[in-house]
Amino acid sequence: MRTITYLQAVNEALDEALAQDERVFLLGEDIGIYGGGFGATQGLQEKYGAQRVRDTPISESAIAGAAVGAAMTGMRPIMELQFSDFITVAMDQLVNQAAKIHYMYGGKANVPLVMRTAAGSGTGAGAQHSQSLENWMAHIPGLKVVQPSNAYDAKGLLHAAIKDNNPVMFYEHKLLYKTSGAVPEKAYDLPLGVADIKLTGSDITIIATGIMVDKALQAAAIVKKKGISVEVVDPRTLVPLDEQTLIQSVAKTKRVIVATEAVKNSGFSAELTAVIAESDLAIKLAAPIIRLGGEFVPMPAQKSLEAQATPQVDSLVQAIEQSMSYKEDQA
Amino acid sequence: MNPKISMTEKNGRLDNVSALRKMWEIRIFEEMIQQLFDEGELHGTMHLCIGQEATAVGGAGILDQSDWIVSTHRNHGHCIAKGTDIRAMFAEMLGKKTGTNEGKGGSMHIADLDVGNLGSNGIVGAGFPIAAGAALSAQMQGSNQVVLCYAGDGATNEGSFHEALNLASIWQLPVIYFIENNQYGMSSSIEHMVNIDLLSERGKSYGIEGITIDGNDLDEVAQTVAKAVEKARNGGGPTLIEALTYRHKGHSKSDKLMYRSEAECRQWQKYNDPIVRLETKLIQQDQMTPEDIRLLEGSIRNEFSSLVASVKQDEEPTSNDLWTHVYAEENK
Ligand SMILES: Cc1ncc(C[n+]2csc(CCOP(=O)(O)OP(=O)(O)O)c2C)c(N)n1
Repeated sequence: MRTITYLQAVNEALDEALAQDERVFLLGEDIGIYGGGFGATQGLQEKYGAQRVRDTPISESAIAGAAVGAAMTGMRPIMELQFSDFITVAMDQLVNQAAKIHYMYGGKANVPLVMRTAAGSGTGAGAQHSQSLENWMAHIPGLKVVQPSNAYDAKGLLHAAIKDNNPVMFYEHKLLYKTSGAVPEKAYDLPLGVADIKLTGSDITIIATGIMVDKALQAAAIVKKKGISVEVVDPRTLVPLDEQTLIQSVAKTKRVIVATEAVKNSGFSAELTAVIAESDLAIKLAAPIIRLGGEFVPMPAQKSLEAQATPQVDSLVQAIEQSMSYKEDQA
Repeated sequence: MNPKISMTEKNGRLDNVSALRKMWEIRIFEEMIQQLFDEGELHGTMHLCIGQEATAVGGAGILDQSDWIVSTHRNHGHCIAKGTDIRAMFAEMLGKKTGTNEGKGGSMHIADLDVGNLGSNGIVGAGFPIAAGAALSAQMQGSNQVVLCYAGDGATNEGSFHEALNLASIWQLPVIYFIENNQYGMSSSIEHMVNIDLLSERGKSYGIEGITIDGNDLDEVAQTVAKAVEKARNGGGPTLIEALTYRHKGHSKSDKLMYRSEAECRQWQKYNDPIVRLETKLIQQDQMTPEDIRLLEGSIRNEFSSLVASVKQDEEPTSNDLWTHVYAEENK
């Protein structure tokens, strides 16, 4: 299979969706000739015209609201927010409108929109351009939340998100855009709500989201040399959440680390932890659950502080060793 | 250092020689930032204001130190014109503890409250209501301060612009909304993003006087701002100024400049450069010779080169700094 970048995978899914379905259109700031904040819409306006790939003014509330209105009336809008931090400006339309309309209307209207956005830290862009706020959205009934961790998942999940009849929040990590992976040329869907085992192992499970999946795989490779077999599970979608796959993995390994880049306090890692803690597994674990997440600080711009603000590969390695230091009969 | 560029009292004319110096400081700062970025010394982003020096110096540069500015992502010129320490600005961008924001903010968040720089902003349009709030504070405290709020043309399409202008108007706040219309918001020509000819027309719907000016003419900028400041100080309320200008460089580091023609760029860069225009005037008026100007430019370059060399030796924040400043200290 050919190899393409995560960014190309997103671009390809958008391209195919525009070709397949007349109702699909894109809207956002600088998504035309500029190709979007990070280049995900490169070439699409040239191909599909300025009607279906629409440059908007800098008006996030209007972008989201227009997507809601169009979605309710027969279109399938895909809106881009250049940085996920700007969701704050679009918040009313997504949280109070998009998320609730189907329910409030007794099922009489649908809001099939996709909000795509670039999230995460690592570029030194500072506190207003580096956040991972996906758990805010995961807290809102009515929204689906997707966080692809590689190119293959990005393409398939984006297709599924576009076909979904609900508002779907699609979080792309900026540092993943340049990563590559094997991706089929034809269009395909990966169902929302199905977790993926990125690495099979027997000693310990790491449940990781977004960019932490890659870091978990790197940590797994390091500890493999010490004879520790790590299983890496990627929920892929926070809502709906595939609890079954998480539980099955931890039932096998009896040890678990939960890792997100997002700030740990009140973060989605708490939800993932609760899935294990509230199951039968809680009393069968060989070691306490370990939760790794971003430090409780606004993201600093300075390079080394920025790196210290989120879990890195060595913090995962340490966590693995810490968990493995518990002998099974101690627990 | 008092940054204020003085106006001679009779005719309201600027001390153009000091103004030129500030404009060159801004341009050379930006050129050096670009160079540091190209050399891989800068982590993070930057939005250069080359070509927009007259709006910075004719605006922020003529305020009293106690007046406030509220700036944007394209902030370096505003910050320098308001008197922010240039060494500390270099240090901020190089991630040093000695930076204006101790390295935590980076380019887009440079602030220096001691000289009336209330801070720059990464969120387009976020400054409009903040400026209204600072002006409200001045009004409630009877401090006689005014607030100059910079924003780009694109930012006037955010809801916050409209909400803030209305609020400033009904409360008659001492605030000046200063739109640097550099023709584009990233790749989007303002022509395609609004359906009116002049952004200053937008003031009317909120009961605010709106003026469009040549933003590359230092005198015109300074005189317009000075009048608006006087009005605001005397309780006359807000003014909306639209200054027509151009950004010579791309939006940020990743801009491939596909959306504007080279001919258009050349037109602005060559024939409508605010620095060249001021220099021509100074030479015609026999206030400076071309030789004086070359010396001035050269001395700033030397000065900034040694600043950067010394900033590079500064200490970086330590791990402990990650945790400081999350919450303010409680009163003892
Ligand atoms: C709320 C928000 N939306 C979008 C952006 C991304 N962005 C940063 S600058 C910019 C263009 C701003 O244009 P304008 O206001 O005209 O200022 P200029 O860059 O021309 O100085 C955009 C879209 C942002 N930082 N914040």
